[in-house]
Amino acid sequence: MENVRFLLRKLAADRTAALGAFIIMALIVVAIAAPVLSTHPEDVSEFNPPERLQGPSLDHFFGTDRMGSDVYSRLLFGARITIAIAVIAIGVSVLIGVPVGLIAGYYRNWISDALMRVSDIFLAVPQIVLAIAIAQTLGPSIENVILALSATYWPFWARLVYAETRSALNETYVEASIALGASPWRVMLLHVLPNISSSLIVRTTIGMGGTILTAAALGFLGLGPPAPSPEWGRTIAESREFLPEAWWYATAPGLAIFLVVMGFNLLGDGLRDILDPRTRRSTDG
Amino acid sequence: MRALVLLVNRMMWFVPTLLGLLVITFTISHIIPADPIAFIAGDNATAEQIAALKAKFGVDQPVHIQLWNYIIGVAQGDFGVSLYTQRPIVDDLSARLPATLELAFVAILLSAVIGIPLGVLAAVNRNSWIDHVLRVFTVSGLAIAAFWLAILFQLLFAMELGWTPLQGRVDGWGPDVITGFFLIDSAVAGDWDIFWDVVAHMVLPAVTLGFPAMATVMRFTRAGVLDAINSNYVDYQQAMGVPRRVVIWRFVLRNALIGTVTQLGLIFGNLIANAVVVEAVFDWPGLGLYAVNSILQSDYNAIMGFTLVMGTVFIVANLLVDITHGLIDPREAR
Repeated sequence: MENVRFLLRKLAADRTAALGAFIIMALIVVAIAAPVLSTHPEDVSEFNPPERLQGPSLDHFFGTDRMGSDVYSRLLFGARITIAIAVIAIGVSVLIGVPVGLIAGYYRNWISDALMRVSDIFLAVPQIVLAIAIAQTLGPSIENVILALSATYWPFWARLVYAETRSALNETYVEASIALGASPWRVMLLHVLPNISSSLIVRTTIGMGGTILTAAALGFLGLGPPAPSPEWGRTIAESREFLPEAWWYATAPGLAIFLVVMGFNLLGDGLRDILDPRTRRSTDG
Repeated sequence: MRALVLLVNRMMWFVPTLLGLLVITFTISHIIPADPIAFIAGDNATAEQIAALKAKFGVDQPVHIQLWNYIIGVAQGDFGVSLYTQRPIVDDLSARLPATLELAFVAILLSAVIGIPLGVLAAVNRNSWIDHVLRVFTVSGLAIAAFWLAILFQLLFAMELGWTPLQGRVDGWGPDVITGFFLIDSAVAGDWDIFWDVVAHMVLPAVTLGFPAMATVMRFTRAGVLDAINSNYVDYQQAMGVPRRVVIWRFVLRNALIGTVTQLGLIFGNLIANAVVVEAVFDWPGLGLYAVNSILQSDYNAIMGFTLVMGTVFIVANLLVDITHGLIDPREAR
């Protein structure tokens, strides 16, 4: 509790990190309250062709799309998809990557070598390239985007936890608890894991931004949830044939992606400065 | 000698990584689709037809034999035939690789030429308004979706202002292919009309791709300069009367760039990833556009070929970065 209060005070003092936290909070509120905040909630599933491609107005803040649906309302519901994809995909990546990293870092045998070689191979290819291959094979849907992202992002956490575990094992307190007969799992979960939680939190926050960008790119390529989903990447792809006239149609969802990713990046940078003083010197200011 | 040891060391890692990549693409293409043969054969196929198809594609054999055949096939340059273009995939890919590489090189060059001086500028004027403005640049460069930036550029510079072509790589056929790099080919042929046309087509995609890369270069150059600027040798040089400008651009920058070079692999990876979507927007006839068309056509083999080639390009790029880094930073080679 003491730690949480310390963290919050530090965050509030760091203006850019606080801005990041505010953006993310706003995203969560928007996603939860989408039915209340949207002006035309029915437009997520219903169309209104006579009003198609109208410019921004008081009735339609960000104009209407090719089906005559309200772009603003669909944007709010799209936030739900973005959060769902990013949170679940990152959650699964952490759930796979952290144990893999802990085991590979704690033991020094062939299993540990094999685990790290496998994650190195995944890291040797740009994530989106593998994600495209997997998502395409499985077919376009939210579940498959999440699966493709989880399958390609877990090695980041495995690598991080592996390196941190190896260095934690050299610490005296870990040696002491091993000498006192603590079981491997006890050492890993009670001593190593809390000690590396700072780096984990930082990497996970920044990872959210990258995952949202990749998910949007998959949606843009038609590999995300199929129409009429209000997913942001898909919306931008749909808007292309109506340029340059319907500029609002393409601008609004891209701005949303930009804000959300920037929110996670700013918060991640701020958290790193607060939680991880070792890297502070090279990234501060 | 040191360079040789380093080279051998890194090469030893190259082959197993490529094999691992092959196993991954094999797993995706041969094991994940529930029943690719049923998909190809259609709903009305008889049992005999399905058996014949299985024999034709070799899927009646055990998995490890299939994997072996797959690796042997790829090693011989056989990626199968594209459903989309009806040509051998390896021909399609090699025809399109230069377009992607040319774009990537120009984008990297842009990001270095602009990003390095701006990074130094930000570090030297730390916490001034210049630093803050430049920080907004780096933060947005890392947060913007490349395909969206591409569309905004198209909207503004091609559609509204008409300063650049909307899409494509060149008007007409382009120069006679020698290297496949149109800038080089047209310059070699002395055809400057085509050369400037290629430049005009390249501006928007290269800037789109280069922007996030520039943000990363700037960020690490700034951090590197800030780290190096507090060293004893800087104080010494300044005490000896060497102008600050010379100290920074000649001595500090050299040390600062080591950190930026280690990030080149990361930068290149992002660049390649963004190339897929940016090529799709600008109709740039490279590997990315090929992949997008293959996605639309559900062309499994073509997508696996694309994954393999992109993966290989990326692995080679990282290998080169490692070697360069080892050569300029002696500490790394130990």
